[in-house]
Amino acid sequence: MTLKATPLNSVHRAAGAKMVDFGGWDMPVNYGSQIEEHNAVRGDAGMFDVSHMCVVDVRGASVRPFLRGLLANNVDKLQAPGKALYSCMLNRQGGVIDDLIVYYFAEDWFRLVVNAGTAEKDIAWIRQQNDATRSNLAITPRRADLSDDGIALVAVQGPNARAKVWQVVPQTQAASESLKPFNAAIVHDTPFGELMVARTGYTGEDGFEIGVPAGQVEALWNALAAAGVKPAGLGARDTLRLEAGMNLYGQDMDDNVSPLDAGLAWTVDLVSERDFIGKAALQQAGQTQNFVGLILREKGGILRAHQKVVAASGHAGEITSGTFSPSMQQAIALARVPVDVAIGDTVHVEIRDKKLAASVVKLPFVRNGKILAS
Amino acid sequence: MNIPADLKYTESHEWVRQEADGTLTVGITEYAQDALGDIVFVELPQVGKAFTAGDDAAVVESVKAASDIYAPVSGTVTAVNQATADAPDSINADAYAAWLFKLQPSDPAAFNNLLDAAAYGKATEG
Repeated sequence: MTLKATPLNSVHRAAGAKMVDFGGWDMPVNYGSQIEEHNAVRGDAGMFDVSHMCVVDVRGASVRPFLRGLLANNVDKLQAPGKALYSCMLNRQGGVIDDLIVYYFAEDWFRLVVNAGTAEKDIAWIRQQNDATRSNLAITPRRADLSDDGIALVAVQGPNARAKVWQVVPQTQAASESLKPFNAAIVHDTPFGELMVARTGYTGEDGFEIGVPAGQVEALWNALAAAGVKPAGLGARDTLRLEAGMNLYGQDMDDNVSPLDAGLAWTVDLVSERDFIGKAALQQAGQTQNFVGLILREKGGILRAHQKVVAASGHAGEITSGTFSPSMQQAIALARVPVDVAIGDTVHVEIRDKKLAASVVKLPFVRNGKILAS
Repeated sequence: MNIPADLKYTESHEWVRQEADGTLTVGITEYAQDALGDIVFVELPQVGKAFTAGDDAAVVESVKAASDIYAPVSGTVTAVNQATADAPDSINADAYAAWLFKLQPSDPAAFNNLLDAAAYGKATEG
């Protein structure tokens, strides 16, 4: 199978990136050292090509009521143009079809940004719901390979990320300086075309995710690199998001996992009267597992996905994501554990032939350059 | 890619050096460290442990993944390099200096059946 490529593919290759097959996409895992890229984001500014993720514009008069029923979080929280919301999109069984960010730009225009590996499945589902509800919405994927009017995405992250973006694209400063986290602005007439500048990210650091016309992304990327923003690969993106306690779709939750069991109850609105797809199933099942952080306390390996976690009660759970944390210099993990496991407990993780002690901690591990869990 | 001519190799990316006393020193190749990325954990075998060729003998973990290191020939562990376990990134810095363990081979001729540098070079091009 031919791998899909983002508009920056040749730029990554020219920079000597190590490329991997990431869910059917030919993507950079690192440009040399994953740990150096991780540290650049925690301490200065790094950038990620996330153009494999798919912008989906949803337009039409009934877009708000449609999304009210489609998403587990409540789009009625979005009242000011540019405001963004993290949400799961659930199936009728309450499993997670995808996690996404929804932006509100106008009463007839919301924008979704969905994961790469799930985009086709998501779009088919959204179109199916559009037909079923007779909402008559225009659903337009904007990923570069799906659109003549494609949008590439660059995440610029780190304590100096915003200042670097303003240095490179001064036209964005006025509109984006006052943006609070989870807000976006559309900036017209920059040297790189029309930009969506969103104060969002997947690293636990400040920064912007920038939507840029696909034909302009190489120029923007090179200008940011020239300003000292360090290109970072998917390897660093994974250690950063894991330290930040952020879920990865397909690993920490999927079609068969309830958001309530994946630490995402805070994104599910079960309070309002609003009905949404999956609500009845969630109310019926409730939460059956706790989603926690683990820090390995004994030497003997690195925490990894699918390792078994045994509680003091003898009940077992499983690590969903694990790695060596460059910021903490310890093995850390996200895990689904029995509901009798509490923050502060010691559990044991089976690594090869050993059972090693690990502490159960509150997420996140790291936020804005500071280690919070230890 | 650096593949020293005075060493022998396995298809699973171990390098093997024959010492004057007949023991074999084992590490992982430049190719292997590059593929693994930043190495953060090394588990060494116990001195005195006997392995059959192909047995799991050690573990090297990078940020990305865990990788088993196999005994290139049958034999008994005579020494391990604690310095490599204490500083796993020394493998990234110099894969051919940061050895993992030494084996006393049960068959001294087994060394000669390992890949030479040219054959290993070909194996890594595939």
